[in-house]
Amino acid sequence: MPPQGGRSAHGEADWTKGLKKLYDSVVDEPLPDAFRDLLSKLDSED
Amino acid sequence: MADERPDSELPKRSAEDRRAFKRELTEVIPHLRAFARGLCGRPDMADDLVQEALLKAWAAQDRFEPGTSMRAWTFVILRNAYLTDMRRNRFRGEYDESVAERILTAPAGQEEPIHLSDMHRALLTLPPERREALLLVGAGGFSYEEAASICGCAVGTIKSRVGRARAALAAMIEDGNIPDRSLDDPSAHRAILEELEDVAAGNGQAVATR
Repeated sequence: MPPQGGRSAHGEADWTKGLKKLYDSVVDEPLPDAFRDLLSKLDSED
Repeated sequence: MADERPDSELPKRSAEDRRAFKRELTEVIPHLRAFARGLCGRPDMADDLVQEALLKAWAAQDRFEPGTSMRAWTFVILRNAYLTDMRRNRFRGEYDESVAERILTAPAGQEEPIHLSDMHRALLTLPPERREALLLVGAGGFSYEEAASICGCAVGTIKSRVGRARAALAAMIEDGNIPDRSLDDPSAHRAILEELEDVAAGNGQAVATR
């Protein structure tokens, strides 16, 4: 869909990039210990 | 994506299948965290949601078809858990202040560059169905078809939601109209009300592992 209301494609691209960056910044965070604990608990149920 | 057969008719998984399942599940955790953070805003609440989704996925692992997308499968589970939690909050009547606070109080993350927290606040003011469509396609890199399958709606609906969400974000940055953290912001209030109404109506619950 083209930008609405005369918005520049440039502004839209900035937000798209920002959104990806926001998502990737969480993906790149080290995994909190709580998740390792949870995963090892799953193991013990096998 | 999800196997609809009764439990008794599901194929028995080998030990190797189960190990593969666990490995794949572990690999998608960072993506689940990113999706959850985008959906609900607060990092601690998002991580609780991911843990809940992981336990549900583990319990339902016989319904996962090996070779299909673990990320798409677990996103459906996470999304359904999110909608269920939101509805429970509503039914307990605790949604007003606390949910409003959760949605609007952007991820604290002082170390985060300011433009990312601006981005997050702007994202959180979008109506929920547009926000998740944009997260899936714009951030998660899912195709429109995959996003439609995750959300349980038509491909055209997803395209329209993504387009509107992108336009709204572009307008916010171009006008410098990024919502601030205050609950006094009228547009933020409106977004919360719309979100709660939508959630209360139970819209868009996808078929998966209910």
